[in-house]
Amino acid sequence: MKQPTPRGEISALVLATIAAPAPTQEESLVQLGTLVAERVSGTPDILRDDDLQLALFCLYELHYSGIDDAGDDWEWHPGLLGIRRLIEGAFEQAVRSRVVLGDLPDSSSEAVCAELFRMTGEDAGPSMSRFVARSATEDQLREFLVHKSIYQLKEADPHTWAIPRLTGRAKAALVEIQADEYGNGLPTRMHSALFARTMRDLGMDDTYGAYLDAVPAITLASNNLMSLFGLNRRLRGAIVGHLAAYEMTSSQPNRLHSRGFKRHGHGEEAREYFDEHVEADAVHEQIAGRDMAGGLVEQDPRLLPDVLFGAAAGIALDVLMTQHILEAWEAGRSSLHHVGAVAA
Amino acid sequence: MSAEHASGADHTQGGERDGADVPQRSLNSGSATPVSVVACANGPLLVRGDFELVGTDGQELPRTRRTVALGRCGASVLKPYCDGSHKLIGFTTDP
Repeated sequence: MKQPTPRGEISALVLATIAAPAPTQEESLVQLGTLVAERVSGTPDILRDDDLQLALFCLYELHYSGIDDAGDDWEWHPGLLGIRRLIEGAFEQAVRSRVVLGDLPDSSSEAVCAELFRMTGEDAGPSMSRFVARSATEDQLREFLVHKSIYQLKEADPHTWAIPRLTGRAKAALVEIQADEYGNGLPTRMHSALFARTMRDLGMDDTYGAYLDAVPAITLASNNLMSLFGLNRRLRGAIVGHLAAYEMTSSQPNRLHSRGFKRHGHGEEAREYFDEHVEADAVHEQIAGRDMAGGLVEQDPRLLPDVLFGAAAGIALDVLMTQHILEAWEAGRSSLHHVGAVAA
Repeated sequence: MSAEHASGADHTQGGERDGADVPQRSLNSGSATPVSVVACANGPLLVRGDFELVGTDGQELPRTRRTVALGRCGASVLKPYCDGSHKLIGFTTDP
Protein backbone atom coordinates (compact mmCIF):
# COMPACT_ATOMS: atom_id res chain seq x y z
CA MET A 1 0.00 0.00 0.00
CA LYS A 2 1.28 3.49 -0.77
CA GLN A 3 2.13 5.70 2.19
CA PRO A 4 -0.91 7.70 3.29
CA THR A 5 -0.76 11.38 4.23
CA PRO A 6 -0.21 11.81 8.00
CA ARG A 7 -3.05 13.32 10.05
CA GLY A 8 -1.07 14.51 13.04
CA GLU A 9 2.21 14.07 14.87
CA ILE A 10 1.68 10.42 15.81
CA SER A 11 0.79 9.11 12.36
CA ALA A 12 3.57 11.29 10.92
CA LEU A 13 6.12 9.81 13.31
CA VAL A 14 4.90 6.24 12.71
CA LEU A 15 5.24 6.67 8.95
CA ALA A 16 8.64 8.36 9.22
CA THR A 17 9.89 5.68 11.62
CA ILE A 18 8.93 2.68 9.50
CA ALA A 19 10.35 4.32 6.37
CA ALA A 20 13.84 4.00 7.93
CA PRO A 21 15.79 0.87 8.99
CA ALA A 22 14.81 -0.33 12.47
CA PRO A 23 18.30 -0.10 14.06
CA THR A 24 18.37 3.67 13.39
CA GLN A 25 15.00 4.37 14.99
CA GLU A 26 15.44 3.71 18.71
CA GLU A 27 15.00 7.38 19.59
CA SER A 28 11.92 7.73 17.39
CA LEU A 29 10.31 4.75 19.11
CA VAL A 30 10.93 6.25 22.55
CA GLN A 31 9.45 9.55 21.40
CA LEU A 32 6.51 7.73 19.82
CA GLY A 33 5.87 5.84 23.05
CA THR A 34 5.69 9.09 25.00
CA LEU A 35 3.41 10.77 22.46
CA VAL A 36 1.05 7.81 22.23
CA ALA A 37 0.82 7.35 26.01
CA GLU A 38 -0.17 11.01 26.38
CA ARG A 39 -2.65 10.93 23.53
CA VAL A 40 -4.51 7.73 24.41
CA SER A 41 -5.27 9.11 27.85
CA GLY A 42 -6.03 12.62 26.55
CA THR A 43 -8.02 12.05 23.37
CA PRO A 44 -11.69 12.99 23.75
CA ASP A 45 -12.80 10.10 21.51
CA ILE A 46 -10.34 7.59 20.12
CA LEU A 47 -12.94 6.35 17.61
CA ARG A 48 -12.88 9.76 15.93
CA ASP A 49 -9.20 10.56 16.48
CA ASP A 50 -7.87 10.76 12.90
CA ASP A 51 -4.23 10.71 13.98
CA LEU A 52 -4.51 7.64 16.23
CA GLN A 53 -6.81 5.70 13.90
CA LEU A 54 -4.53 6.29 10.92
CA ALA A 55 -1.46 5.33 12.97
CA LEU A 56 -3.18 2.13 14.10
CA PHE A 57 -4.33 1.36 10.56
CA CYS A 58 -0.73 1.68 9.32
CA LEU A 59 0.62 -0.49 12.14
CA TYR A 60 -1.91 -3.20 11.27
CA GLU A 61 -1.20 -2.82 7.56
CA LEU A 62 2.31 -4.15 8.18
CA HIS A 63 0.57 -7.53 8.69
CA TYR A 64 -1.41 -7.30 5.44
CA SER A 65 0.01 -5.77 2.26
CA GLY A 66 2.78 -3.77 3.93
CA ILE A 67 3.44 -0.10 3.30
CA ASP A 68 5.66 1.25 0.52
CA ASP A 69 9.16 2.04 1.78
CA ALA A 70 8.58 0.31 5.13
CA GLY A 71 10.97 -2.59 5.69
CA ASP A 72 9.38 -6.01 6.29
CA ASP A 73 11.34 -6.31 9.56
CA TRP A 74 9.02 -3.79 11.18
CA GLU A 75 6.10 -6.24 11.27
CA TRP A 76 7.39 -8.04 14.38
CA HIS A 77 9.60 -5.29 15.82
CA PRO A 78 9.02 -5.48 19.61
CA GLY A 79 9.23 -1.71 20.10
CA LEU A 80 6.72 -0.99 17.36
CA LEU A 81 4.40 -3.76 18.58
CA GLY A 82 4.50 -2.07 21.99
CA ILE A 83 3.26 1.17 20.40
CA ARG A 84 0.50 -0.72 18.62
CA ARG A 85 -0.59 -2.37 21.86
CA LEU A 86 -0.85 1.00 23.57
CA ILE A 87 -3.20 2.28 20.87
CA GLU A 88 -5.22 -0.90 20.42
CA GLY A 89 -5.61 -1.34 24.18
CA ALA A 90 -7.21 2.09 24.47
CA PHE A 91 -9.25 1.43 21.34
CA GLU A 92 -10.59 -1.88 22.67
CA GLN A 93 -11.47 -0.26 25.99
CA ALA A 94 -13.36 2.53 24.21
CA VAL A 95 -15.31 0.03 22.11
CA ARG A 96 -16.12 -2.17 25.10
CA SER A 97 -17.42 0.83 27.03
CA ARG A 98 -19.84 1.64 24.18
CA VAL A 99 -21.23 -1.83 23.68
CA VAL A 100 -23.90 -3.09 26.04
CA LEU A 101 -24.78 -6.77 25.85
CA GLY A 102 -28.18 -8.10 26.85
CA ASP A 103 -28.77 -11.25 28.86
CA LEU A 104 -26.58 -14.08 27.61
CA PRO A 105 -28.41 -16.95 25.88
CA ASP A 106 -27.51 -20.52 26.75
CA SER A 107 -24.44 -21.86 25.01
CA SER A 108 -26.15 -24.19 22.51
CA SER A 109 -25.44 -23.40 18.89
CA GLU A 110 -29.14 -22.77 18.14
CA ALA A 111 -29.44 -20.31 21.01
CA VAL A 112 -26.28 -18.45 19.98
CA CYS A 113 -27.47 -18.33 16.37
CA ALA A 114 -30.90 -17.04 17.41
CA GLU A 115 -29.36 -14.35 19.62
CA LEU A 116 -27.08 -13.18 16.79
CA PHE A 117 -30.07 -12.98 14.43
CA ARG A 118 -31.98 -11.05 17.10
CA MET A 119 -29.13 -8.56 17.61
CA THR A 120 -28.58 -8.00 13.89
CA GLY A 121 -32.30 -7.70 13.24
CA GLU A 122 -32.83 -4.85 15.67
CA ASP A 123 -33.43 -1.42 14.20
CA ALA A 124 -29.99 0.17 14.49
CA GLY A 125 -30.91 3.66 13.32
CA PRO A 126 -30.70 5.29 9.90
CA SER A 127 -30.26 2.90 7.01
CA MET A 128 -27.45 3.41 4.52
CA SER A 129 -28.88 0.80 2.18
CA ARG A 130 -32.31 2.42 1.98
CA PHE A 131 -30.66 5.78 1.29
CA VAL A 132 -28.49 4.26 -1.43
CA ALA A 133 -31.51 2.53 -2.98
CA ARG A 134 -33.77 5.59 -3.04
CA SER A 135 -31.92 8.86 -2.76
CA ALA A 136 -28.14 8.78 -3.22
CA THR A 137 -26.74 10.89 -6.04
CA GLU A 138 -24.05 9.56 -8.37
CA ASP A 139 -21.40 11.42 -6.36
CA GLN A 140 -22.76 9.91 -3.16
CA LEU A 141 -22.58 6.42 -4.70
CA ARG A 142 -18.90 7.09 -5.36
CA GLU A 143 -18.37 8.28 -1.80
CA PHE A 144 -20.13 5.15 -0.60
CA LEU A 145 -17.65 3.07 -2.58
CA VAL A 146 -14.74 5.10 -1.19
CA HIS A 147 -15.76 4.25 2.39
CA LYS A 148 -16.33 0.60 1.53
CA SER A 149 -13.10 0.27 -0.47
CA ILE A 150 -10.90 0.33 2.62
CA TYR A 151 -12.29 -3.06 3.63
CA GLN A 152 -13.84 -4.50 0.49
CA LEU A 153 -10.58 -4.46 -1.52
CA LYS A 154 -9.25 -6.89 1.09
CA GLU A 155 -12.63 -8.40 1.87
CA ALA A 156 -12.46 -11.44 4.18
CA ASP A 157 -8.77 -11.04 5.08
CA PRO A 158 -9.18 -9.91 8.74
CA HIS A 159 -11.44 -12.88 9.50
CA THR A 160 -9.03 -15.30 7.87
CA TRP A 161 -6.61 -14.72 10.77
CA ALA A 162 -9.05 -16.77 12.87
CA ILE A 163 -8.78 -20.00 10.84
CA PRO A 164 -5.78 -21.58 12.65
CA ARG A 165 -7.29 -20.60 16.00
CA LEU A 166 -10.46 -22.62 15.51
CA THR A 167 -10.99 -26.36 15.30
CA GLY A 168 -13.63 -28.82 14.15
CA ARG A 169 -17.10 -27.58 13.22
CA ALA A 170 -16.34 -23.88 13.73
CA LYS A 171 -13.19 -24.08 11.60
CA ALA A 172 -14.89 -26.00 8.79
CA ALA A 173 -17.68 -23.41 8.76
CA LEU A 174 -15.29 -20.46 8.63
CA VAL A 175 -13.31 -22.07 5.81
CA GLU A 176 -16.51 -22.83 3.89
CA ILE A 177 -17.47 -19.14 4.09
CA GLN A 178 -14.00 -17.86 3.27
CA ALA A 179 -13.64 -20.18 0.27
CA ASP A 180 -16.70 -18.47 -1.20
CA GLU A 181 -15.32 -15.02 -0.29
CA TYR A 182 -12.11 -15.89 -2.11
CA GLY A 183 -13.88 -17.05 -5.26
CA ASN A 184 -13.52 -20.83 -4.77
CA GLY A 185 -10.20 -20.77 -6.56
CA LEU A 186 -11.22 -18.33 -9.29
CA PRO A 187 -9.40 -15.01 -8.83
CA THR A 188 -11.97 -13.05 -10.82
CA ARG A 189 -14.75 -14.34 -8.53
CA MET A 190 -13.06 -13.15 -5.35
CA HIS A 191 -15.38 -10.70 -3.66
CA SER A 192 -12.54 -8.18 -3.50
CA ALA A 193 -12.14 -8.57 -7.27
CA LEU A 194 -15.88 -8.09 -7.85
CA PHE A 195 -15.73 -4.92 -5.76
CA ALA A 196 -12.72 -3.67 -7.73
CA ARG A 197 -14.72 -4.17 -10.92
CA THR A 198 -17.55 -2.05 -9.52
CA MET A 199 -15.05 0.71 -8.75
CA ARG A 200 -13.54 0.56 -12.23
CA ASP A 201 -16.99 0.67 -13.78
CA LEU A 202 -17.54 3.99 -11.99
CA GLY A 203 -14.19 5.27 -13.22
CA MET A 204 -12.53 4.95 -9.82
CA ASP A 205 -9.06 3.79 -8.84
CA ASP A 206 -9.28 0.16 -7.64
CA THR A 207 -5.76 0.07 -6.16
CA TYR A 208 -5.81 -1.12 -2.57
CA GLY A 209 -5.60 1.91 -0.28
CA ALA A 210 -5.99 4.45 -3.10
CA TYR A 211 -8.64 6.32 -1.13
CA LEU A 212 -7.20 5.93 2.34
CA ASP A 213 -6.58 9.68 2.58
CA ALA A 214 -10.23 10.31 1.78
CA VAL A 215 -11.90 8.39 4.60
CA PRO A 216 -12.72 9.80 8.04
CA ALA A 217 -11.47 8.35 11.33
CA ILE A 218 -14.66 6.38 11.96
CA THR A 219 -14.21 4.44 8.70
CA LEU A 220 -10.64 3.64 9.74
CA ALA A 221 -11.93 2.61 13.18
CA SER A 222 -14.43 0.20 11.64
CA ASN A 223 -11.54 -1.44 9.77
CA ASN A 224 -9.17 -1.35 12.73
CA LEU A 225 -11.78 -3.18 14.79
CA MET A 226 -11.55 -6.19 12.49
CA SER A 227 -7.76 -6.21 12.63
CA LEU A 228 -7.81 -5.89 16.43
CA PHE A 229 -10.12 -8.90 16.66
CA GLY A 230 -8.36 -10.87 13.93
CA LEU A 231 -4.77 -10.39 15.06
CA ASN A 232 -5.30 -11.22 18.74
CA ARG A 233 -5.99 -14.88 19.45
CA ARG A 234 -7.57 -14.00 22.79
CA LEU A 235 -10.28 -12.19 20.76
CA ARG A 236 -11.09 -15.18 18.50
CA GLY A 237 -14.63 -15.16 19.84
CA ALA A 238 -15.00 -11.52 18.85
CA ILE A 239 -13.73 -11.95 15.28
CA VAL A 240 -16.13 -14.88 14.83
CA GLY A 241 -19.04 -12.84 16.20
CA HIS A 242 -18.03 -9.92 13.99
CA LEU A 243 -18.09 -12.06 10.85
CA ALA A 244 -21.46 -13.54 11.81
CA ALA A 245 -22.89 -10.04 12.24
CA TYR A 246 -21.48 -8.92 8.89
CA GLU A 247 -22.98 -11.92 7.12
CA MET A 248 -26.33 -11.39 8.84
CA THR A 249 -26.55 -7.76 7.75
CA SER A 250 -25.63 -8.26 4.12
CA SER A 251 -28.24 -9.95 1.91
CA GLN A 252 -31.04 -7.40 1.97
CA PRO A 253 -28.76 -4.32 2.22
CA ASN A 254 -26.85 -5.50 -0.85
CA ARG A 255 -30.10 -5.97 -2.73
CA LEU A 256 -30.86 -2.32 -1.97
CA HIS A 257 -27.35 -1.21 -2.92
CA SER A 258 -27.79 -2.93 -6.27
CA ARG A 259 -31.08 -1.10 -6.75
CA GLY A 260 -29.38 2.24 -6.11
CA PHE A 261 -26.68 1.58 -8.69
CA LYS A 262 -29.28 0.38 -11.20
CA ARG A 263 -31.27 3.58 -10.61
CA HIS A 264 -28.25 5.51 -11.89
CA GLY A 265 -27.94 3.32 -14.97
CA HIS A 266 -25.04 1.14 -13.82
CA GLY A 267 -25.09 -2.23 -15.56
CA GLU A 268 -24.90 -5.81 -14.38
CA GLU A 269 -21.09 -5.82 -14.26
CA ALA A 270 -21.03 -2.91 -11.83
CA ARG A 271 -23.82 -4.44 -9.75
CA GLU A 272 -22.55 -8.01 -9.67
CA TYR A 273 -20.66 -7.41 -6.44
CA PHE A 274 -23.93 -6.53 -4.69
CA ASP A 275 -26.06 -9.14 -6.47
CA GLU A 276 -23.58 -11.90 -5.60
CA HIS A 277 -23.81 -10.99 -1.92
CA VAL A 278 -27.59 -11.30 -1.82
CA GLU A 279 -27.48 -15.03 -2.50
CA ALA A 280 -24.05 -15.77 -1.00
CA ASP A 281 -24.72 -14.16 2.34
CA ALA A 282 -28.15 -15.77 2.72
CA VAL A 283 -26.10 -18.98 2.80
CA HIS A 284 -23.21 -17.57 4.82
CA GLU A 285 -25.36 -16.11 7.59
CA GLN A 286 -26.78 -19.55 8.39
CA ILE A 287 -23.35 -21.20 8.41
CA ALA A 288 -21.83 -18.31 10.37
CA GLY A 289 -24.49 -18.17 13.04
CA ARG A 290 -25.07 -21.86 13.64
CA ASP A 291 -21.88 -23.74 12.73
CA MET A 292 -19.15 -21.12 13.15
CA ALA A 293 -20.28 -18.91 16.07
CA GLY A 294 -22.62 -21.49 17.62
CA GLY A 295 -20.13 -24.29 17.04
CA LEU A 296 -17.34 -22.27 18.70
CA VAL A 297 -19.44 -21.51 21.77
CA GLU A 298 -20.49 -25.16 22.10
CA GLN A 299 -16.80 -26.09 22.07
CA ASP A 300 -15.84 -23.39 24.54
CA PRO A 301 -18.75 -21.71 26.35
CA ARG A 302 -16.36 -19.18 27.95
CA LEU A 303 -16.18 -17.46 24.56
CA LEU A 304 -19.91 -16.67 24.46
CA PRO A 305 -19.63 -13.07 25.78
CA ASP A 306 -16.85 -12.23 23.31
CA VAL A 307 -18.77 -13.72 20.37
CA LEU A 308 -21.71 -11.45 21.17
CA PHE A 309 -19.35 -8.53 21.90
CA GLY A 310 -17.69 -8.93 18.50
CA ALA A 311 -21.07 -8.86 16.78
CA ALA A 312 -22.32 -5.89 18.80
CA ALA A 313 -19.08 -3.95 18.30
CA GLY A 314 -19.15 -4.47 14.54
CA ILE A 315 -22.73 -3.24 14.40
CA ALA A 316 -22.02 -0.28 16.72
CA LEU A 317 -19.08 1.06 14.72
CA ASP A 318 -20.90 0.66 11.44
CA VAL A 319 -23.86 2.56 12.89
CA LEU A 320 -21.48 5.42 13.81
CA MET A 321 -20.01 5.32 10.30
CA THR A 322 -23.47 5.42 8.73
CA GLN A 323 -24.47 8.33 10.98
CA HIS A 324 -21.34 10.23 9.98
CA ILE A 325 -22.00 9.72 6.28
CA LEU A 326 -25.74 10.41 6.29
CA GLU A 327 -25.39 13.49 8.51
CA ALA A 328 -22.90 14.94 6.06
CA TRP A 329 -25.08 14.16 3.06
CA GLU A 330 -28.21 15.53 4.68
CA ALA A 331 -26.33 18.76 5.37
CA GLY A 332 -25.26 18.92 1.73
CA ARG A 333 -21.61 18.16 2.54
CA SER A 334 -19.21 15.45 1.49
CA SER A 335 -18.70 12.68 4.05
CA LEU A 336 -15.04 12.36 3.14
CA HIS A 337 -11.94 13.54 4.95
CA HIS A 338 -10.22 14.93 1.87
CA VAL A 339 -12.82 15.65 -0.75
CA GLY A 340 -10.24 16.11 -3.51
CA ALA A 341 -9.03 12.55 -3.06
CA VAL A 342 -12.19 11.06 -4.56
CA ALA A 343 -11.24 12.04 -8.12
CA ALA A 344 -10.66 9.00 -10.29
CA MET B 1 -7.71 -33.96 14.61
CA SER B 2 -5.63 -34.72 11.55
CA ALA B 3 -7.93 -37.55 10.47
CA GLU B 4 -10.92 -35.29 10.84
CA HIS B 5 -9.26 -32.63 8.75
CA ALA B 6 -8.10 -35.12 6.14
CA SER B 7 -11.67 -36.19 5.51
CA GLY B 8 -12.71 -32.55 5.47
CA ALA B 9 -10.25 -31.93 2.65
CA ASP B 10 -12.24 -34.25 0.39
CA HIS B 11 -14.88 -31.64 -0.06
CA THR B 12 -12.85 -28.50 -0.32
CA GLN B 13 -14.01 -26.59 -3.31
CA GLY B 14 -11.69 -26.78 -6.23
CA GLY B 15 -11.79 -27.28 -9.91
CA GLU B 16 -15.32 -28.42 -10.45
CA ARG B 17 -16.54 -25.01 -11.51
CA ASP B 18 -15.42 -22.59 -14.14
CA GLY B 19 -17.36 -19.62 -12.82
CA ALA B 20 -19.70 -19.33 -15.78
CA ASP B 21 -23.33 -18.89 -14.91
CA VAL B 22 -24.33 -22.25 -16.31
CA PRO B 23 -25.44 -25.32 -14.39
CA GLN B 24 -22.44 -27.36 -13.34
CA ARG B 25 -22.30 -31.03 -12.45
CA SER B 26 -20.81 -31.50 -9.05
CA LEU B 27 -17.82 -33.74 -8.51
CA ASN B 28 -17.69 -36.20 -11.36
CA SER B 29 -15.17 -38.60 -9.91
CA GLY B 30 -14.48 -40.13 -6.56
CA SER B 31 -17.02 -40.99 -3.94
CA ALA B 32 -19.83 -38.52 -3.37
CA THR B 33 -20.01 -36.49 -0.17
CA PRO B 34 -23.22 -37.38 1.66
CA VAL B 35 -25.94 -34.77 1.39
CA SER B 36 -27.14 -33.02 4.52
CA VAL B 37 -30.13 -30.73 4.78
CA VAL B 38 -30.36 -28.39 7.76
CA ALA B 39 -33.81 -26.97 8.43
CA CYS B 40 -32.77 -23.56 9.76
CA ALA B 41 -35.04 -22.11 12.42
CA ASN B 42 -37.21 -19.35 10.91
CA GLY B 43 -35.13 -19.56 7.75
CA PRO B 44 -34.15 -21.63 4.71
CA LEU B 45 -33.12 -25.23 4.13
CA LEU B 46 -29.33 -25.34 3.98
CA VAL B 47 -28.20 -28.12 1.62
CA ARG B 48 -24.59 -29.39 1.62
CA GLY B 49 -22.81 -32.23 -0.12
CA ASP B 50 -22.93 -33.67 -3.63
CA PHE B 51 -26.40 -33.24 -5.05
CA GLU B 52 -28.15 -32.10 -8.17
CA LEU B 53 -30.79 -29.43 -8.03
CA VAL B 54 -33.28 -29.91 -10.86
CA GLY B 55 -36.49 -28.26 -12.00
CA THR B 56 -39.77 -30.07 -12.61
CA ASP B 57 -38.59 -30.71 -16.17
CA GLY B 58 -35.58 -32.62 -14.86
CA GLN B 59 -33.16 -29.97 -16.08
CA GLU B 60 -30.51 -28.80 -13.68
CA LEU B 61 -31.24 -25.37 -12.21
CA PRO B 62 -28.72 -22.54 -12.49
CA ARG B 63 -26.43 -22.84 -9.52
CA THR B 64 -23.24 -20.98 -8.68
CA ARG B 65 -22.35 -22.39 -5.28
CA ARG B 66 -21.80 -25.76 -3.75
CA THR B 67 -23.74 -25.21 -0.52
CA VAL B 68 -27.13 -23.60 -1.13
CA ALA B 69 -29.91 -22.15 0.97
CA LEU B 70 -33.34 -23.06 -0.40
CA GLY B 71 -35.99 -20.54 0.57
CA ARG B 72 -39.16 -21.70 2.27
CA CYS B 73 -40.86 -18.42 3.25
CA GLY B 74 -42.04 -17.76 -0.31
CA ALA B 75 -40.81 -14.16 -0.44
CA SER B 76 -37.39 -14.59 -2.06
CA VAL B 77 -36.78 -12.92 -5.40
CA LEU B 78 -34.09 -15.51 -6.14
CA LYS B 79 -36.29 -18.61 -5.90
CA PRO B 80 -35.56 -21.36 -5.26
CA TYR B 81 -32.69 -19.77 -3.36
CA CYS B 82 -33.01 -17.79 -0.16
CA ASP B 83 -32.30 -14.04 -0.30
CA GLY B 84 -32.87 -13.31 3.39
CA SER B 85 -36.45 -12.10 2.86
CA HIS B 86 -37.76 -14.39 5.62
CA LYS B 87 -36.37 -11.90 8.14
CA LEU B 88 -38.36 -9.03 6.63
CA ILE B 89 -41.69 -10.85 6.59
CA GLY B 90 -41.36 -12.40 10.03
CA PHE B 91 -41.44 -15.97 8.70
CA THR B 92 -41.48 -18.48 11.52
CA THR B 93 -40.98 -22.23 11.55
CA ASP B 94 -42.50 -22.63 14.99
CA PRO B 95 -45.44 -25.03 14.84
